Amino acid sequence: MTAPFPTHRQEEWRYADLEALGPLWEQFAEPMTLTLGAGESLEEIWLATADDVQVRRIRIALGASAKARIFALNNAPVYGRIEVEVSLEEGADFELVGANIGTGISTNEIVTKVRHLGVGTRSRQTVRSVLNGKAIGSYLGKVEVARGAQQSDAEQSVKAMLLDRGAAANCKPELEIFADDVKCAHGASVGELDPIQLFYAESRGLDPASARALLLEGFVMGLWDAAKDPEAIRAAASQALRRAA
Amino acid sequence: MLDISSLHANVADKPILNGVSLTVPAGEVHAIMGPNGSGKSTLAYVLSGRPGYEVTGGSASFLGHDLLAMEPHERAAAGLFLGFQYPVEIPGISYLQFLRESLNAQRRARGEAELSAGEFIRLAGEQASLLGMDSEMLKRPVNVGFSGGEKKRAEMVQMGIMAPKFAVLDETDSGLDIDALRIVGEGINRIMRLPGKGVLLITHYERLLEHVRPDRVHVLVNGKIVRSGDIELARELEREGYKERAA
Repeated sequence: MTAPFPTHRQEEWRYADLEALGPLWEQFAEPMTLTLGAGESLEEIWLATADDVQVRRIRIALGASAKARIFALNNAPVYGRIEVEVSLEEGADFELVGANIGTGISTNEIVTKVRHLGVGTRSRQTVRSVLNGKAIGSYLGKVEVARGAQQSDAEQSVKAMLLDRGAAANCKPELEIFADDVKCAHGASVGELDPIQLFYAESRGLDPASARALLLEGFVMGLWDAAKDPEAIRAAASQALRRAA
Repeated sequence: MLDISSLHANVADKPILNGVSLTVPAGEVHAIMGPNGSGKSTLAYVLSGRPGYEVTGGSASFLGHDLLAMEPHERAAAGLFLGFQYPVEIPGISYLQFLRESLNAQRRARGEAELSAGEFIRLAGEQASLLGMDSEMLKRPVNVGFSGGEKKRAEMVQMGIMAPKFAVLDETDSGLDIDALRIVGEGINRIMRLPGKGVLLITHYERLLEHVRPDRVHVLVNGKIVRSGDIELARELEREGYKERAA
């Protein structure tokens, strides 16, 4: 049986392009599941495709001391959604590094729920959005620390860069903590390109579009530094940024 | 080489330059001195085309071209370099990438061949070592975590790499210790004291001028040049201050 179609009243679907999702719902209704046993580790790189609508929904269960690291580029022409729900047993480690690069009238969103269930768990989420035209880019991230999950360590860092007046960014880091010895940090900012940085680059010889592309590269490309094999995602993100600039 | 005539400019609708006239022939270094708020940095920004610096009258021509009609990147490609008073930090982009892309953009605009990564790294390393800068620093993001003195030295490394025809140096000497001042002075001489090149050196202090002997010294007060002379004028100002000049 297919799961019921979401509505905007559900927080995690609040900014979704449900109209675009409608015809394809059946294929995405059931999230993928992935289980990592004790001590296992995994690194994935998710690239965008050329499809108008690109949805990834995944549930990850990390056993004791398991480690998962995901690098994701969200860059759908119409609607892109990366949805990750993770549970962490004792000592597990989860990292999500993602970019929403949106142009035109697209909607790209990264929606996460990270559940710290065991002692000494760690999660890191870093999301950068670059949006032009009337693009919407969102990060909705919920971190839950269960009773007894002491020494949990969670960080969310979300920054968005708006290139046009019509573009919009939604950043919503959320914490729900039921343990008393935890470290949970979150930061969110929305900004525009700095005019003095642009002028500095132009005064060195870059035309305005190249100067913008270079600054955006600085804003986003550091994300992939820790990936084992970053070339493909680096190239794809760089290309997307040049289109957005 | 650079001809400025009766230049007027506003910043945020406030007149800052009130009729600056100045000619720097090829092969010469001219210094501009003046008290705080006299319009020195505004002149530098107007010449390099910073947005928000509105020219309300007069003209500036560079090698016979109307400088004020050009975009900042076109001025760079034409051979104009601005040494910033406060060099800007650009996180996430290494100096090597920043300068290589900039230089190659200039070269493309001039119809010259681009430098390969290898050629560029050699050039950059050479210029860094001539200015006493560890070339490892060029792998770091542009000016991020650099001290004030390191930023100024890096501006001179950039100038060495770009090899411009004309440099406007806005208080390149501020924030430098005595040794760095000498190295920067020697750098300016080596890179710019050549036939066919020119420099407009904006400074508060006479000290740098003992290293880079200017051909002319101009005093800017209230957006106008009130006096011109040789290096003796700079020494006099150092002794006596701007007070009388402003009166």
